Amino acid sequence: MKQTLLNKKNLTWLAIAIVIFVVVQLLIDARIISPYYRVTLFWICIFAILGVSLNIIIGVTGQFSLGHAGFMSIGAYSAAVLLKMMPDYTGLAIGIGVGLVISFVVSFIVAMPTLRLKGDYLAIATLGVGEIIRIIILNMTITNGASGISNIPFLVNWPMMFVFTVLAIALSANFKNSAIGRACISIKEDEIASEAMGINTTKYKVTAFVFGALLASIAGALYATSYYVIKPETFGITNSINILVIVVFGGMGSLTGSVVAAIVLGIINIILQPLAELRMIIYALALIGIMIFRPQGLLGTYEASISSLFDFKSHFKRFTKAGKEKA
Amino acid sequence: MQEFLQQLVNGLSIGSIYALIALGYTMVYGIIKLINFAHGDMYMIGAYIGLVSVTVFKLPFFLALISTMVFTALIGILIERIAYKPLRKSTRVAALITAIGVSFFLQNIVSRIMGAKIYTFPSVLNNELYVVGGIRINSQQLVIFVTSIALMFLLQLIVQKTKIGRAMRSVAVDQDAARLMGVNVDHVITLTFAIGSSLAAAAGILVGIYYNTVNPLMGFAPGLKAFVAAVFGGIGIIPGAMIGGFSIGLIETFVSGYGSTLYKDAVVYIILILILIVKPSGLLGKNKKEKV
Repeated sequence: MKQTLLNKKNLTWLAIAIVIFVVVQLLIDARIISPYYRVTLFWICIFAILGVSLNIIIGVTGQFSLGHAGFMSIGAYSAAVLLKMMPDYTGLAIGIGVGLVISFVVSFIVAMPTLRLKGDYLAIATLGVGEIIRIIILNMTITNGASGISNIPFLVNWPMMFVFTVLAIALSANFKNSAIGRACISIKEDEIASEAMGINTTKYKVTAFVFGALLASIAGALYATSYYVIKPETFGITNSINILVIVVFGGMGSLTGSVVAAIVLGIINIILQPLAELRMIIYALALIGIMIFRPQGLLGTYEASISSLFDFKSHFKRFTKAGKEKA
Repeated sequence: MQEFLQQLVNGLSIGSIYALIALGYTMVYGIIKLINFAHGDMYMIGAYIGLVSVTVFKLPFFLALISTMVFTALIGILIERIAYKPLRKSTRVAALITAIGVSFFLQNIVSRIMGAKIYTFPSVLNNELYVVGGIRINSQQLVIFVTSIALMFLLQLIVQKTKIGRAMRSVAVDQDAARLMGVNVDHVITLTFAIGSSLAAAAGILVGIYYNTVNPLMGFAPGLKAFVAAVFGGIGIIPGAMIGGFSIGLIETFVSGYGSTLYKDAVVYIILILILIVKPSGLLGKNKKEKV
């Protein structure tokens, strides 16, 4: 089972990524995606990263976390503070680095004791962690308290955003398909059975949690530099719920689903924008409707894969489905 | 000492509000294992219905309280039938997301109908200040405390002494077995939602009177706190929710009284996490043995 990096599968994915990148870049150049829509484009990218990273924790490992926005805020504030000192790409890079280190330490400390909890109790504990992070940020001087940090230099552009998003998705997909990922899936399916098979469940749960937290921290940094202003209230429980909605809406365990859900929700946001107040009512009703009629999410556990693209004659139906998702 | 007793009084009155909301959370969780995120919004709905019945229909306090509880219970039944009943058989996370959807819906529909402006609650209760041994007790605090205790007592009576209460307890233990014994499970679940919603509504109108204002987003933070309270005392256990509610209220007032207001929520969450780690099923919860 020798695998080279440049096999047919990876090259095809690369080609698809390049095509998407070029098409969107052309649309931006042609002003079809105006700066107004670019905000949504960046929103989609950031929330795709967040969705995928939370999906690793919830969908793949089966550990219910409601504190994901907390780690996002660590990344966002690290980047923002550093960018205020050094308003250039070095600052951003150091900011992301600092965010990763803090997120690593915090998520590790949090994960060790709390991941012994199960189901709803874990959800509440992580909810508490997210709120504690928010309250600490709210009371620190370096983060400027409740008024938050404003005038953060806008350094992000489409190529950079795209590279980060693709890297995050590729990393997560590799995580899911690696030995660690398989151990995580077995924990989700049956924790006791996988423990009996000799899997160190605590180790893999912590690994998945830390991995998700790190990606969320990167997404937070990207958020800080694309939206000029960050406030503690941006990263409250509401935001954690938004990320959770993306994961469940797309399908738990399906990374493709999270990406699709981020895109769909981004587009719905744009379409409903003129309706102002009515927007949230429709959004809420849609949420309820989808859960009633399709509780497993848009894609269930389906993943887009290249091998099903290659022998598309036998999988013609699947091909059209996958083709639609990529478009 | 006087300062301590004063904080105790304040803590108990806010704690009784948390306890009332926490009861609804805990009852619903005990029966269908759903974290009903929309429960905090039932409290908000209660405050608004209370506002309407006091300002538009000019009802006196106790009539307003009762009519608010009845109306909110009806809304609770409606929500349960439309949004949660179709999801009885699906995964719990789908039900959780639906609850979040219901919560968003209620917040936005209320702000659409009533406008996002903050209404002032008329003072339907005369606000007298009693001074007992140097401790200031507000007559409103007294009403809140007494009403909450009376409602909790009533609930305990219903759950422990009546036939429907026995049915509720049996559904909480084992739904299928209860169904086999002839309990109408759907009925019991609906009733649980109704009772929970009406308790939250009572909390809503009491808070409306106490703080004088209502707004569409008022349910979120107390809802979260009440939920923490329910977990704190052992979710699914009714006395646990009361103990949890009072504890959270007391912790909060003491932290803001002796420490910093800014950190009161953080302290509440830290204590919650510690309790979960030491005793995951909450203060009164029984530890279940893991079976293969």
